Amino acid sequence: MAIVTQPAPSAPSSPGTPGATPTRPAGVTRLLRRPTGDVKGLWGWFTTVDHKKIGVLYGVTAMIFFLIGGIEALLLRVQLGSPNNTFLSADAYNQIFTMHGTTMIFLVIMPLSAGLANYLLPIMIGARDVAFPRLNAFGYWVFIVGGLFMYSSFFLGGAPNGGWFGYAPLTRNMPGHNIDYWIFGLQILGIASLTGAVNLIVTVINMRAPGMSLMRMPIFVWMSLVAQFLLLFAIPVITVALFLLSFDRLFSTNFFNADAGADPLLWQHLFWLFGHPEVYILILPAMGIVSEVLPVFSRKPLFGYQVMVFSGIAIGFMGWGVWAHHMFATGLGPVALSAFSASTMFIAVPTGVKIFNWISTLWKGKIRLKTPLLFAVGFVTMFTIGGLSGVTHAVVPSDTQQTDTYYIVAHFHYVLFGGSIFGLFAGLYYWYPKLTGRLLSDRIGKLHFWLTLLGFNLTFAPFHILGLQGMPRRIYTYPTGRGWDVWNFVATIGSFLIALSVLVFIYNLWVSRKGPYVGDDPWDARTLEWTIPSPPPEYNFKVVPVVTARDDFWHRKYTEDEHGRAVLREPAPPALAQAPPDGAAEGVGGTTDVAVVDGGEHGDGDHGHDEHGDEHEEHVHIHLPSPSYWPLFSAIGLAVVAYGMIYKFWIVAVLGGIWILGGVYSWGLEPATEPEPPAEHGDNGAAIEPDDSPSDQLEPVGQA
Amino acid sequence: MTTVDLPTTEGAHHDEAPSHPATSTGLTNEKVAMWAFLGSECLLFGGLISTYLLYKGQSEPGTIRPHDIFDIPYTSVSSFVLLMSSLTMVLALSAIQKGNHRALRVWLLTTALLGGSFVAGQCYEFTVFVREGLNLRTNLFGSSFYIMTGFHGAHVTIGVLMLLSLWSLSVKGRLPSEKAEVVELIGLYWHFVDIVWIVIFTLVYLIP
Amino acid sequence: MSTPEKTVEAADHGAVHAHEHPSDLQYVYIALFLALVTAAEVAVYYVKSFKGLLVYILATMAVVKFSVVVMFFMHLRFDSKVFRRFFVTGIILAMFCYVSVLSTFHIWHR
Repeated sequence: MAIVTQPAPSAPSSPGTPGATPTRPAGVTRLLRRPTGDVKGLWGWFTTVDHKKIGVLYGVTAMIFFLIGGIEALLLRVQLGSPNNTFLSADAYNQIFTMHGTTMIFLVIMPLSAGLANYLLPIMIGARDVAFPRLNAFGYWVFIVGGLFMYSSFFLGGAPNGGWFGYAPLTRNMPGHNIDYWIFGLQILGIASLTGAVNLIVTVINMRAPGMSLMRMPIFVWMSLVAQFLLLFAIPVITVALFLLSFDRLFSTNFFNADAGADPLLWQHLFWLFGHPEVYILILPAMGIVSEVLPVFSRKPLFGYQVMVFSGIAIGFMGWGVWAHHMFATGLGPVALSAFSASTMFIAVPTGVKIFNWISTLWKGKIRLKTPLLFAVGFVTMFTIGGLSGVTHAVVPSDTQQTDTYYIVAHFHYVLFGGSIFGLFAGLYYWYPKLTGRLLSDRIGKLHFWLTLLGFNLTFAPFHILGLQGMPRRIYTYPTGRGWDVWNFVATIGSFLIALSVLVFIYNLWVSRKGPYVGDDPWDARTLEWTIPSPPPEYNFKVVPVVTARDDFWHRKYTEDEHGRAVLREPAPPALAQAPPDGAAEGVGGTTDVAVVDGGEHGDGDHGHDEHGDEHEEHVHIHLPSPSYWPLFSAIGLAVVAYGMIYKFWIVAVLGGIWILGGVYSWGLEPATEPEPPAEHGDNGAAIEPDDSPSDQLEPVGQA
Repeated sequence: MTTVDLPTTEGAHHDEAPSHPATSTGLTNEKVAMWAFLGSECLLFGGLISTYLLYKGQSEPGTIRPHDIFDIPYTSVSSFVLLMSSLTMVLALSAIQKGNHRALRVWLLTTALLGGSFVAGQCYEFTVFVREGLNLRTNLFGSSFYIMTGFHGAHVTIGVLMLLSLWSLSVKGRLPSEKAEVVELIGLYWHFVDIVWIVIFTLVYLIP
Repeated sequence: MSTPEKTVEAADHGAVHAHEHPSDLQYVYIALFLALVTAAEVAVYYVKSFKGLLVYILATMAVVKFSVVVMFFMHLRFDSKVFRRFFVTGIILAMFCYVSVLSTFHIWHR
């Protein structure tokens, strides 16, 4: 794609030019002016539209919710650690188990995946940002508003207490506002997911670097893309379900009113039509991470890339045809039961294919036992176990025994914790050096991993047994004498081991924060994100790369000898050079960044330079989208509407609607990128001077 | 003037002609986004319509049924109005593409008025129904009918607001021909809302 | 300014449609057609003798109107396949899922 570069004006701006002599307007006026490119501090974070910052925001917020969700889990385990326990009342238990599930799914796994996708997808495809930067920011602010809104319920009468799946008709009639917080909270979160999905889909489809065909994209991009498509089509379904339930509760409509003839299964169908694609939304990005990590740490390409892509797509498609396996005990009738049982068994096929391909990737590779690899291998093993119990659920007669017991709880924790969370930890350890330029301690990371593995299995393996022994789900206590006491106790011990492992992780974050700088490519990796500095500059790529192969970066570094072994190419390309992250930005005057704009020998325009990229050009101007506070402003309006609706303060709801409208209109009417003031060196203009670190050059090596 | 080198058409900063955006597909980000959104809306309206169909004929005996209360000629007229608004919408787009801004404004306003009449007609229809005893709470039919058509009406209303905004921008000279795509995108939304009504009118009002 | 080959091709594909447009008059004809079908729908509704067939006749007419608006007014017929895929996926997915759900409720036998 074309980059039109412009020589920087060499003369200082003349007086009278707007912005020539920046005066700072005072107080509120300054707050209301649109922020410009170099906003510092907290306001910078509130108004950022940079996908990387937004990714970090998602990640940090999600980790905080992870801790909260984890504490909720510990509370549950304390209560269930012994029979007839009175640590939590039934009502408290209901709130905590509902919030544990809701938190982990909607406030941890989804935003962690979204955060990684946000950070990485543009870089992995060679883009400088997502398609709609302000919409991206909006998605984050809506997410945190939704999370805070839902948690405010703890202080406002009680948290949601109808389970994370909120089955009507029960939730239709539950008194208090607990369920209303759940409904409106999820509606708000749904908006975040939907806007994020549109954004990332358009980004991947439309903003790939030249040569980056779909089948050359990193597999994490592919899996995230499939997940975003699932979100695009699944979120509206739960939106409908939630609206119907909210109208039943607020306005006494009859959608789930059995007295009026309503069918209780309507909720379950609508919910699981969303809910099943949702679980693939939760697992596919983690699968993508594993598919990135395993090749790097076995120094082999992913086995069967194309098959992996198609399996991921197949899982996405087939995921729409299995939802009623959550309803096997509801009297669907033999035809439906058979159909869904068959489809559920079939979906194990592409999943199994992936597992074999991961094993094949590791097979005969040069394994480096680092923490990311450990978590990735942990994913493969734990997810396989979870998948196996899943296959047993596909068989209707056995599921009739298993459903609503702890056996199911075992299954989904194996796939969601042993799967998604392990995968996400692999990703965190793997990409941490890209985000920060430093490594997390591998020693402590390994301790973290083994403790997690031990604690996790100690907690959830017994659940299989408990389930088969008949212990139901969603009960706040149980009588003694059923043989459940021992395993519950063991599980509780395990849960505290998990807690310990999380503390180890936090400790790792703390002690590693001042570690040595490790350069752009500490893992000797394969994909484009490792070609740019760590941490990346705001504009990602100084020069948009031209991609010539899958794992393009690897092929620029290595060629193969006659035995198929990777051999470092000569000379070492600049991409491997290490430069400090805060490398001095080049000043005015003919400088070595001439190399960047020198389009001379590279005839086929592979840098996307404009033709007169000549030696006299001094600077490359990359004009980035301007920050904005309208996304944050608009997002808050959603909470106002929600509070108004719950308490039936219609004025408040209407005002909230106007608030949102005002925010969105203002957003729509401001340009995505403010025009630059004429004097742009080092002042408040939005133009960025790319710094001169040689590492963000991407020159085709061994030009052929 | 520095050029945005993000391959996006957000902001009017790029040198390429609108029909040649520098994206991987050659299509603008905004148009891809709108079609993605419309694809997602199919699931939304599908859910509401299916709920209606599920509960069709299941209401408590003795309570109001659809064909007790529907005024088909009346609704046919408002359906026709909405259908014609799609025509005027497409004429508005054609006008701005040809650079005829006066015609653009006429057609935009007409579309908004037709859409507004549709909504007004629906509101009136609802008040009649309520007076005849059918409200949200009455039975399954009442709940599912009002929610489904209410959602649709809300979508039309948002469309009318957007059309009026476009008209207002044009009046202020802030809608030049280079920005024709905005009209196209809002047009796509508008036509979608129309086709949803085509489905609703047939499935709900006409099919017994 | 130099543009890599691939993007030029893609841009060309995107640009082709710009020259294939129904004219304003053709749009009016299409609208007339739609109005006629609507009138026919309503008329058919009143014909008692159709009875069981009514559903299929009305459904067909609705599908025709739907398709005409999508293909011509929404320009999908002349536009890139990318848009078609988004829309068709949404429609097919919606139909598949919701028809399946309704089937489990046995609504077809009522």
